[in-house]
Amino acid sequence: MTSFNSSSCDGPSPVNIVIHSGQPVATPVNARRGLRSGRTWLLLAALAALMVSLPVLGLVLEAMKGSTGLWAHLFSTILPVAMVDTVILLVGVGVVTAVLGTTTAWMVTAYDFPGRRVLEWALLLPLAVPTYIIAYAYLDILHPIGSVQGAIRWMLGYESPRQFRLPDVRSMTGCIFLLGFVLYPYVYIPTRAMFLTQSGNLIDAARTLGVSRRAVFWRVGLPLARPAVAIGVALALMETLNDVGAAEFLGVRTMTVSIYTTWITRTDLPGASQIALALLLIVVALVGIERWARRKQRYATDARRSRGLTPQKVATTKGLVFLALGCLPLLLGFVAPAIYLVTEAWKRYRFAGLSPRILDEAVNTIVIATVATVITILLGLVIAYAARIRPGRKSATLLRLSSMGYAAPGTVVAIGVLIVLAGLDRFIDRTALDWFGVSTGLLFMGSGAAVVYALTVRFLAISAGGIEAGLSRIPHSLDHASRTLGQSVSGTFRHVHLPLSKTAISAAALLVFVDCVKELPATLLLRPLNVETFATHLYGEAARGTYEEAAIAALAIVAIAILPVVLLSRVGSNRSAAG
Amino acid sequence: MKPSAILASTLLATSMFVAPSLASAAEINVYTTREPALIAPLIEAYTKSTGTKVNTVFMKDGLAERVASEGESSPADILMMVDAGNLVDLSEKGVTQAVESSVLSSAIPAELRDGKGHWFGLSYRARVLYAAKDLDLASFNYEDLADPKWKGKVCIRAGQHPYNTALFADYIAHYGAEDTEKWLAGVKENLARKAAGGDRDVAKDILGGICDIGIANSYYVGLMKSGKGGEEQAKWVEAIKVILPTFKNGGTQVNISGAAVAKNAPNKAEAVKFLEYLVSDEAQKIYAEANYEYPVKAGASIDPIIASFGELKVDGKPLSEIVGHRKQASELVDKVGFDN
Repeated sequence: MTSFNSSSCDGPSPVNIVIHSGQPVATPVNARRGLRSGRTWLLLAALAALMVSLPVLGLVLEAMKGSTGLWAHLFSTILPVAMVDTVILLVGVGVVTAVLGTTTAWMVTAYDFPGRRVLEWALLLPLAVPTYIIAYAYLDILHPIGSVQGAIRWMLGYESPRQFRLPDVRSMTGCIFLLGFVLYPYVYIPTRAMFLTQSGNLIDAARTLGVSRRAVFWRVGLPLARPAVAIGVALALMETLNDVGAAEFLGVRTMTVSIYTTWITRTDLPGASQIALALLLIVVALVGIERWARRKQRYATDARRSRGLTPQKVATTKGLVFLALGCLPLLLGFVAPAIYLVTEAWKRYRFAGLSPRILDEAVNTIVIATVATVITILLGLVIAYAARIRPGRKSATLLRLSSMGYAAPGTVVAIGVLIVLAGLDRFIDRTALDWFGVSTGLLFMGSGAAVVYALTVRFLAISAGGIEAGLSRIPHSLDHASRTLGQSVSGTFRHVHLPLSKTAISAAALLVFVDCVKELPATLLLRPLNVETFATHLYGEAARGTYEEAAIAALAIVAIAILPVVLLSRVGSNRSAAG
Repeated sequence: MKPSAILASTLLATSMFVAPSLASAAEINVYTTREPALIAPLIEAYTKSTGTKVNTVFMKDGLAERVASEGESSPADILMMVDAGNLVDLSEKGVTQAVESSVLSSAIPAELRDGKGHWFGLSYRARVLYAAKDLDLASFNYEDLADPKWKGKVCIRAGQHPYNTALFADYIAHYGAEDTEKWLAGVKENLARKAAGGDRDVAKDILGGICDIGIANSYYVGLMKSGKGGEEQAKWVEAIKVILPTFKNGGTQVNISGAAVAKNAPNKAEAVKFLEYLVSDEAQKIYAEANYEYPVKAGASIDPIIASFGELKVDGKPLSEIVGHRKQASELVDKVGFDN
């Protein structure tokens, strides 16, 4: 790919016209400034990428300490099973999220049916439910002594679960569907955005040429949305790999569980780091293969003239079928667990009242998530923008590097962060003591900085990836025009890219925020003394089996996550913002 | 967002967390893997009687790594753990220090603490059998879990969970690895469902007709039966009776919760005082009444619900030996595919 910057800056620009006074012009000086500015962005991006890959380096150091006989044991026992199970789980969740996410996104953009406007945003709601909560909720709802099976027994005339009961939900199938029904919004969001902002012209052209709406989906809509589907599925799969809670409830043995076993039960952290790094390599390879497969495709259209697809009115019966289909993931992924949580939380409230700490926890949760989101978005912006203006191997590598934290399990990332930050903390403390005779204590671990850092490492992939996808929809001709008219790189960023990618940036910010609220393992390990968030409170109760105590905290997490989720849907449907 | 807004929110965030290094003298910092609700009553009572402020942070995996990484700058005074293996890990990692206290050594039996004073058991629990109430069963051996007559009738949480690896390690201490592997494969054959979930699920699943017997910790019965777990759990526990199983040539497997003083504890003297408080009659009573555990101090009373299980005969294999077999136990779990 050649870019405007690298080609135009080799020599003096031939364009030398004064447009009107006060405006910067494309003089040789400006061109050199542009080059410098491009370098600055690349340098900043490199710094950001370095910052978030340090914990992974920490893990590499840990892994190099070595672990004797680990791999021989793994290969001869659990690894074949764990690998097969991991692959089945990933394929299963991948298929469920891709199918649910793409069909629902197409339905609400291409067709007009009753309830469409509500579904448009309501389909995002399952995003507010963490995987560990959905697993627990369904385990209870579908348990032989739960309400569903009770009703079935009553209808069939059985008295005791010993006479009749449904197959246990603790299974691979159960896990695939439960994860699929809360993770499909990761596909729905980018795919719907793609349908909304991009395909309008092409789809209308196809329609003019006499292609049916269904055929348009297969021949135009879906191929065009492929990068969005790919990004969405990749995010959903990384969330799946990260999950330990749901897998623990449902008895699914994945590679991630093996990492924990090696570390906790066998006290072999180097060994655990080795498995984690191996897993990371697999993920990076998978993402690489997908990118390689569509290396020759370009997706940018003319952002100025692109307009959304006009939804087609459908007959009443067909409309009702659509409505029912659209409601299914919503009911299973959000309404049912939400009703369950509300009932449980209410029961708990009547039984034990409200914990006085709940306000502190709310403040901690929101402050940590907000600060982490701001930092994550800024870094993501730098990295994605550097890739835009200095395309090539270097910036692409930076983009990949910055996404690594998302693929590694949360606790493993936390350990990496611990190695880096605690080391730095000790160094600062010792230096201050040597030079000034005062102890600084632990600056990073003692404040919330370590948690914020870990969250940034974990979720930079969402921010950098989302913003990059948004920027990729802006045609390069606009950059060229802006630079030809004398805007600097930063000016082009402020006046062209930022306004045109506002949608993508806000969407990324909201996703990161929701993820920060739901995040558990890194927050649990790295937070300072006396600080609890909703997630750590919930875990503190769940860990000793008092799930009922956790119901209120679980409901609070879902409630905090709903607002950004609803905002997210509004961001997506604001077509003018995207062009 | 504007830079000033970012700065402001960062400052706000920082100011929310009180830096522990600024703490005044009568304070101690506790890193704990024991759940907050379980130690809260002890801490409240201690602060009330001494005025010492106790700061806590609850973690699960990685506590040892955190203390080790923080090194000499670590604010941690006390490390509280819920498993003998974890306590031994701490001392082997070198993040604890020896404590000499006649109060501690006279209150805690020698087999429940480290010989050099690096860690102290404060309470213990038994790994017991939950059985369907109407089942004709009065006594049970751990060996029976592999008996084919229980095929499809046994519930248990993941074999890799520390509660279970400790039990399997005890089995190795009795019979060696080879027999343990055969036994584990037999238990696996008998499972009614995946080895997953928590200990209370055993009671819930017995009520749900999924299984007849299962292995779980003793204190959960107290929590469920007392009504502290809510109405539903009171129903679950109604479906079961508790039998204290034993090894054929030994007793019931127990595990401890305990604490150690951190190597770089900034408030060592206060930390030891707190530990001594935890073996006082008052604290031991809280362990027994609020948490339904067995107190370590001889003569301290046991909660009536727990006492109703009958006389506990603790298995004789020393904790230090069992701890040494954990890794092997974990590998055997993988080998027989216990959790698959």
